[in-house]
Formats: sequence, C-alpha cells, structure tokens
Amino acid sequence: MPVPFAAPEAVPVTGWGRTAPTSALVLRPGSYEEAVRALAECGGRGAIARGLGRAYGDAAQNAGGAVLDMTGLDRIHEIDAVGGLVTCDAGVSLHRLMQVMLPLGWFVPVSPGTRYVTVGGAIGADIHGKNHHMSGSFSRHVRAIELLTGDGETRVATPEDEPDLFWATAGGMGLTGVILAATLQMLPVETSLMTVDTERATDLDDLMARLAADDHRYRYSVAWIDLLARGARTGRAVLTRGDHAPLEALPPRLRADPLAFRPASRLPAAPRFVPEGLLGRRSVGLFNEFWYRKAPRDQRGRLQKLAAFFHPLDGLPEWNRIYGRGGFVQYQFVVGYGQEEALRRIVRRIGSRRCPSFLAVLKRFGEADPGWLSFPMPGWTLALDLPATLPGLAAFLDELDDEVAAAGGRVYLAKDARMRPDVLARMYPRLDDFRELRSRYDPRRVITSDLARRLAV
Amino acid sequence: MKDAFGAPQSLLVLGGTSEIGLATARRLIGRRTRTVFLAGRPSPQLDAAAQSLRRLGATVTTVDFDALDPASHEVALGKVFAEGDIDMVLLAFGVLGDQARDEQDPLAAVHVAQVNYTGAVSAALVGATALQVQGHGSLVVLSSVAGERARRANFIYGSSKAGLDAFCQGLADAMHGSGVHVMTVRPGFVHTRMTEGLEPAPLSTTADEVAAAIELGLRRRSTTIWVPGTLRAVMSAIRHLPRPLFRRLPL
Repeated sequence: MPVPFAAPEAVPVTGWGRTAPTSALVLRPGSYEEAVRALAECGGRGAIARGLGRAYGDAAQNAGGAVLDMTGLDRIHEIDAVGGLVTCDAGVSLHRLMQVMLPLGWFVPVSPGTRYVTVGGAIGADIHGKNHHMSGSFSRHVRAIELLTGDGETRVATPEDEPDLFWATAGGMGLTGVILAATLQMLPVETSLMTVDTERATDLDDLMARLAADDHRYRYSVAWIDLLARGARTGRAVLTRGDHAPLEALPPRLRADPLAFRPASRLPAAPRFVPEGLLGRRSVGLFNEFWYRKAPRDQRGRLQKLAAFFHPLDGLPEWNRIYGRGGFVQYQFVVGYGQEEALRRIVRRIGSRRCPSFLAVLKRFGEADPGWLSFPMPGWTLALDLPATLPGLAAFLDELDDEVAAAGGRVYLAKDARMRPDVLARMYPRLDDFRELRSRYDPRRVITSDLARRLAV
Repeated sequence: MKDAFGAPQSLLVLGGTSEIGLATARRLIGRRTRTVFLAGRPSPQLDAAAQSLRRLGATVTTVDFDALDPASHEVALGKVFAEGDIDMVLLAFGVLGDQARDEQDPLAAVHVAQVNYTGAVSAALVGATALQVQGHGSLVVLSSVAGERARRANFIYGSSKAGLDAFCQGLADAMHGSGVHVMTVRPGFVHTRMTEGLEPAPLSTTADEVAAAIELGLRRRSTTIWVPGTLRAVMSAIRHLPRPLFRRLPL
C-alpha cells in the first residue's frame, strides 16, 4: 500500500434521513464546462448529481466515486414575465425561484414539503405536491431539460423532440445524466397568501370520504394523519386544503404589496446531538394528540402565508437531526383507486405496531405523468417517517412493500433507503426500458449512485 | 450496498467454517444478503458450509484463504473484491489452542498468535483498504472478552485477542470518515466446536446470539459490541479488580 488510508478529499455523505453513510469525492462545478470535466475525470466508480440533499435515502450518494454538488450552478438565465416561463440552472432552489418569481406574479407549479430542493432534484425525483390531483407532478410543467449524459454529450430533451430521454429523466433519480438546466412553466398567482380550509376527520373512513368528496374543489389538498390512534379513532386526521388567495380576499393593509414573499423567520438549527429515542411512542403520541385537538374542527377561508402552508418544516433548519444519530427512514407508497382495502389494512397494521410517526400524510393523487420511474399514479398515497433504530422495522417495511406491490402500488424512490431489488421491478414496470436507455446513453456506466447499486437499477 | 438498517447485500466471511461466521451469514441471508464468499483452507467442511448457505437461497463462492500465509492475502481477497462491491467483511477465523500444552511448546503458542493476531492484522488491513477504495462497507472482527484481561487459564489465546482488539480500535479510528465502519465483537464463552469439552464460563452464549448481536450492531453502526451485553459492565468491573484478588477468582 503506497499511502495508507490517505483519502483526504473523500467525505461521508448521507441523505436527509442520515442513514447508511458512504464516502465520496464531492465536486462542485461552477460552470457547464466544469461539470463536463468532472464527469470525464470522475474515475471508475462514476458520479451522481446532488442538489440540496433532501432525498431521504441514498439517491444522491456514490460510494467511492464522485458526487457532483450542483448548487454551484445557480443562475437564472431567462424569465418570461408575461408567459411565466423560466430557464435556469439545475442548482437553483425552489426557494430562490419563489424569491425571484413571486413578485412578478408567478409561483412554482409544484411545491413539495420543503422549498429547499433544486430544480434538478425536483426533475430527478419527479416530485409532487399538495396539488398533484389537479396539476400532476413537477415534470408536467417542465418544457425542456438540458442534460449531460454519461457519454459526455450535452443534450436537450423536450417532451416533443426527445420523449424517451425526457420521460426517463423525469423521475429517473439522476441516473440518465446530470441535469444542467431546465425550462419551467410557472403558475400565475395574484397574491402570496393562501386561503385555507381546515377540518378534522374522526377516522380513516371519514377522512377518505371527505377527501374523495371535495378534493376537486381545491387546488391543494393534504391530510395529516395520526397513525398512533387505534380502535375507533384509527386514521383520525386533520385536512388542510386551499388555493392561492385572490387579490380581493386580502385585507386592505396587505393589498399594497400582495405578492411579497415573506417566509417566517427561521428558528436556529436543530442541535447536532440529539439523544436517540427522543421521538418515541409516548412523546409522539402526546404530540399527535395535541396536534389533532389543536386543529379547528371546521374552519373556512383562513389566510395563511405560502411558507406556513407549504413548508412548515423549513422553519426549523436541519430538522432531520431530531431523530438522533441513528437517523430515520421515510416510507411513502401509493395504491391505486379501488385498492382502499389495502390502504386500510396498512394503516391498521402501522397503528397496531404503534409506530411512532408524527409526520404522516395522506393524499389523493390525480392522473399520472409518463415518467418511466415516476412515482405518482392515480390513487392514495401515504407518507410516514420512522426512527431507523426502531426494533423490527426492517422486516415490517418489507412486509408493507409486499402488500403495496401486491395491490399494484409502488414505493417512492426519493424516500427509499431500504427496498429490495426484486420488489422494484414489480413496482416499476418500465424498469427494463429504463435500463436499456441508460446503457444506450451511458455505455461506460459513468452515472451511478448508491441507490442504483442497491436496487440494481 | 447496505440499506438504511445496515443490512449488507454481499458478505465475505474470513474463516468460512467458523460457526459464528456461518450463524451470522445465515442471519444476514434472512435479511438482504444474496452473495456470500466463504474464505478458508479448502476442505470438505468448507464445501459443506457453502452448500448449507446455498440452500437458503444465497449465491455462495468458496475462496482459498490461509490466515497463516499473510503474503497471499492481498491476492486472495483482491480476487473477491474484483467481482463486485463487498458490503461486509467478517473476520471470523481464530484458534483457541491448548493453554497447558502451548505453555510447554512455544511453537504451538506462536501458532495461536500467528493465526489470531498477525494473520488477522494482515487480513483486516487488506480488507479495510479494499472497503476504503469502494467507499463503504463494514469490517466486523471477532475479538473476545479473553482479550480484556489476561487470565491464568488462557492467556496465550487471550493475549492474541488483546492484540487484535487493540488493533481494531485503532483501525476503527483510522477509518473514521472514510465510509468504512469497523466493529469489534467481544463475545464471552460461546458454545461451539472450538470450546467443546471446556467448562462454560458464566454468561456463556451461542453462535446465533452473537449473530443477532452483530446484526443489531450493524444497524446501530456500533464500534464495539459485547455478547451478551451484560458483559460490558461485568468486564468493566473485572478489569479493575486488584490482581491478588483476580488471581484467586475461579475464572
């Protein structure tokens, strides 16, 4: 051994869930030329693009290889303030887009639970938001992608000209290449406030009935669900649904500057060391009880800031630390309409296992977009987070995988850190097409990630 | 790749006929492990061990490996790593020796030291370096409580494990931040072929319990685990006993 243990530049990298760290060379290209060079020189273990690291699992990790930190590519190239088209680098965050575009009367077309994701990451995971039942996933609003593929070429993919490359990249977890830039169609809004209706559902059936009955009346709809509640209260929930407030809904004092983007001031970051087991059954049970009771039984038309409605967790920077050093896993699945029984069974199983989850969310998806590995499909999606150190969790989630796959559903790759490779093929029928396309554009297999290795994508 | 719970998909067992090694392999095959390499001197036992794991559904390959020939380690293990990523290397080989005989036969004592210490040092270094190149993986090393404080009854074996244990502590720190996780396992008396016919010490355990503890340690990314866990406190007390008292203990 020439220089024992000398790896000065490689650093441990994890996803947002802080599980399974692996080490990689983190490179931060500041231009397209640097990105091309980084890809050409990344060595035998390849490279993967990484944005703001909000994928929960190992999607933006590449053990022993290179991780391209794309946040250095953060220019907004072109804004069409009349038509709402934006062309920007992949490293631009949705936060930045809101800052720039809201004053012009445009909002991001799809916003996930955090605005600290990049445009590249949003395309790679084909993210969805509370408006999926109306507006589909992120890729539906993308007009063009500039992509650096593994063969070193820079290509422009649009849904019309290069549909295969475009729809493989949308939801492709960064494995078709490094997204350099994209053109997005933004959503016109009159104000930066939301009108929100809040109501409680007493149990799962009540919740599903309410969601099914009038989701179509709201652009945005989501339900927080108490998965620790058992018996008759299984699946009790708080529904929050709303839309962008029209100008006339604003009180006079706010009408002067209706489009101001005012995210609430952020708290100090969560401490670096949090004792493990802080979020146990008791504490989460208490929180859930409080959260449910605090919610108004039925409230209409409340005005709320964008950030409070869409991104409550962004108020606490580094909130992922609250699970302690063991980290946490997110589990999000979707089962189609008609598979309500599977959903009920899974909710009951989670409840009877007393899984301490306080960020559980149920939502109805609308029409799917054509992304080959895109997650959303018409049906019910449930997302929950769990401490990774929970005993027996690994086997339990495997059982849920099987139940989801048997119901024709699927698990969201951007949140996955633990699925089995054989389940993946059952959940994503276009996986073989995706593999074929990958080997066509990246014959030397330059683009790869821990997720790709783990799931044999 | 390991998943969020530290479960490996591929496993290399050094000491492919070790009962603890095989118990661990069986347990991990029950989780995520699909590819297993059993390294050891070629023998019918090694083939039988491979066959028993194949029946559980794993793809098993046997690899020629001799702890007493450190010069061959790099080549032998290099071949394994050339086939693909190894998520976990389990260093499970070791010999107990016969204390009474070995005290009379220095060469036999040296044999114990060479297998348990120098052979393990070489294999661990080769394994750790390979894991470091791939940027991830766990190196799990079977030490022993016998290395915690030398006992009259088995200090030759104990000293070899003490050396290995100290080596692994340092290696774990050297690997910190490299993506490689080094875990030292300190079991008490384990009921296996190696200890057959010996009087079991208090807090004795089984190979399956050690395997379960290893799986838990992987999930928690522990650096040191004791099996059973109570040994941590017990050995902490024993370590501080005054010598004249310790010598008189029926250990």
